[in-house]
Amino acid sequence: MYGKKVKLRAFFILLIFLSAILTIFLVIKALEENVVYFKSPSEIKNLSELGNKKIRVGGMVKKSSIKTNDSEINFIITDFKNELLVSFEGSVPNLFEEGKGVVAEGFLKDRSYLKAVKILAKHDENYMPPEVNEALKDNKQ
Amino acid sequence: MINQIGNYSLFIALFASIFLIFQSSNVIRNKSKNLDGKIFSVLSVQSLMVLISFFSLIYAFIVSDFSNETVYNNSHTTKPLFYKISGSWGNHEGSLLLWLLVLTIFLFIFFISSKKLLNKYRILTVLFQELIIIGFLLFILFTSNPFLHLFPIPKEGTGLNPILQDPALAIHPPILYLGYVGTSIIFSSALAALVCGMVNKIWAKHIKKWIVISWIFLTIGILLGSIWAYYELGWGGFWFWDPVENVSLMPWFCLTALFHTIIVLEKRNIYQSWTIILSIATFSLSMGGTFLVRSGILNSIHTFANDPSRGIFILCFLLVLVLLAIFIFFIFQKKLLKKLTKTFLVSKETAIMVNNWFMMFFLSVVLIGTIYPIFLEVINGSKISIGPPFYQKLIVPFLIPFLLFMAVGPKLKWIKDSLSKINFNQLMLFILSIAISFLLVKLYGISYLLILPLFALGFFLFFLTIKDFFSKKSTLSQKISHFGFSLFILSILFNATFAKEFSSNMKVGDERKFLNKIIKFENIKIIEKNNYKSLVANFKISDEKNIISLNPEVRIYNQPRTLTSEAAINSNIYSDNFLVFNVIKDDGYYNVRYQFKPLMMWIWFSIILISVGGILSYLKKNE
Repeated sequence: MYGKKVKLRAFFILLIFLSAILTIFLVIKALEENVVYFKSPSEIKNLSELGNKKIRVGGMVKKSSIKTNDSEINFIITDFKNELLVSFEGSVPNLFEEGKGVVAEGFLKDRSYLKAVKILAKHDENYMPPEVNEALKDNKQ
Repeated sequence: MINQIGNYSLFIALFASIFLIFQSSNVIRNKSKNLDGKIFSVLSVQSLMVLISFFSLIYAFIVSDFSNETVYNNSHTTKPLFYKISGSWGNHEGSLLLWLLVLTIFLFIFFISSKKLLNKYRILTVLFQELIIIGFLLFILFTSNPFLHLFPIPKEGTGLNPILQDPALAIHPPILYLGYVGTSIIFSSALAALVCGMVNKIWAKHIKKWIVISWIFLTIGILLGSIWAYYELGWGGFWFWDPVENVSLMPWFCLTALFHTIIVLEKRNIYQSWTIILSIATFSLSMGGTFLVRSGILNSIHTFANDPSRGIFILCFLLVLVLLAIFIFFIFQKKLLKKLTKTFLVSKETAIMVNNWFMMFFLSVVLIGTIYPIFLEVINGSKISIGPPFYQKLIVPFLIPFLLFMAVGPKLKWIKDSLSKINFNQLMLFILSIAISFLLVKLYGISYLLILPLFALGFFLFFLTIKDFFSKKSTLSQKISHFGFSLFILSILFNATFAKEFSSNMKVGDERKFLNKIIKFENIKIIEKNNYKSLVANFKISDEKNIISLNPEVRIYNQPRTLTSEAAINSNIYSDNFLVFNVIKDDGYYNVRYQFKPLMMWIWFSIILISVGGILSYLKKNE
């Protein structure tokens, strides 16, 4: 039969192979659960079903749409074609401002209302998240 | 004038590079010729030229020479001198020049410090390193020249992004780059050693110094970036799995694996191919990281340059280098020592192999999480992001076996050992650790399944590493680094488990209740500073015992007009009280976030300890 060395080597290769498969399986599973898709307000209008997964919405904060009270910040994200109302409890980044780019992460309640859990904005005056930039470009055509 | 000097010295450096490539390939063909002196002088000329070029850029920044486009885009006359200087590498062009500078200087140091080794090996290293240098020179000169002339000369510059005007971030890029670029020497010399057939103990001993030094700088560089994100970006934590952070973590995993493997090579003369593969991978990840950050491809919250064409150049260049490396690897791999050394399952070698497997697993997780979104966008155009849960889910459970192996592994002997001699003390410590963590979980009602074993093993490792200080078995550097790591694991466990966060919108005079604390917004005042206006708020946080006063700021810079928040942090050895506030709009409401972060200081301190272990290992002459 096979020598001890060959057996050991085969065992070793099998071990690597199995751990590689396990890794891939775990990674794919974790990816499925934790991927957050990015949409623009217009894309949300056209969604066939809402789903209950977390999504990101990008666009501009509509001028004079921010309303604040003790716990919540409400505002409207627009891509100049469609709008989405966002309500948010939590802290906002420095450059969260009216007329500036913003990305809100959260759960869609219906096609015009997002309950956000996180607000992202960039630390640069002229910056626009690439997604926002493209979403806006798409709409200007 | 100064711009021309900088520009022309880069061209001279380019010629030096071409010359060196020709000369070194000549030397390799006819082995008899010894061009040591010639190569030495050209190398020194090259380093000097790049140095001159770098200093002329700094000079242009100091005197605010706005005829230079880079200076115009990134500086301003009212900026403090310190940030004028640090601004020279805070931008795309300047940071690449810094890369180049470190590349050439490291090569020079390598050349003069390796005199005892085989000449062919040294010259080959020069050849490979020069290939990298020439790529960077061409890249700088033709796509991101820092010495472009502007006419008419503007009166005033556009300023440096204020969030970059910070002491930690001023020294963060140079330190990080020393780590990144140090891996280029490892890469070049690994290939050279492979070609010369000298992947052995002597080479391991020599290259270990470079591995250690890169590892130290990379560790400290990551630490500085992390501290900066904590207080300046107001992220309020130490790691966010942001792509920009991840790209620095990937070479770190690789380098840590290499750091351990090289010890095996040095002591036992095995794992040669694996060492070479790790050396190639580490450098590829360092350069790939630069590519991803600089190209603006990464969908990060803080990206830098946004010119894809630049990214493509680095990507192609990187591909060529990697292909070349793989090609060389397969050709010369036969030369590697094929003598079968006896190995046993229970031994230090295996323990280090296990460490490497875990490093590779963590690396793959971070790699996939970072590039999968880019990949998917290219494939079907959908835009996604991958959040922290992905990494936590895949990394945290695997920390349990990792910690166990880390507790047991270093105790094993080389070649062959047995597990049966686990002694009474270790068993007692293990039981004690379980008891402590069980108490913790019970006392604070934490329900999470993973927390108990993690705490138990964290404490176990902690006790064992403390106990190790009294044994003579391992080196002091290893003891300190491993102890630092156990401290790090425990601090982040406590930090993650007991952190509390509260956010609200408050007007001046408002009070909010949070747990057993009362947060009061006392007042806000405006302070005019030299190059910014500052809103300074005062908050009082009181519980039964004491009152903490915190003064967070919002700074409004004019050049360029940007808002930044300066978090107010009250640190002591037990915990951090972190408060940051933001202006939403002019209706009297301010957005306030308060965080209670236990043992935050210990996270920073433990990383410093880990690096101190590295420094000791570097300083030690004959380990």
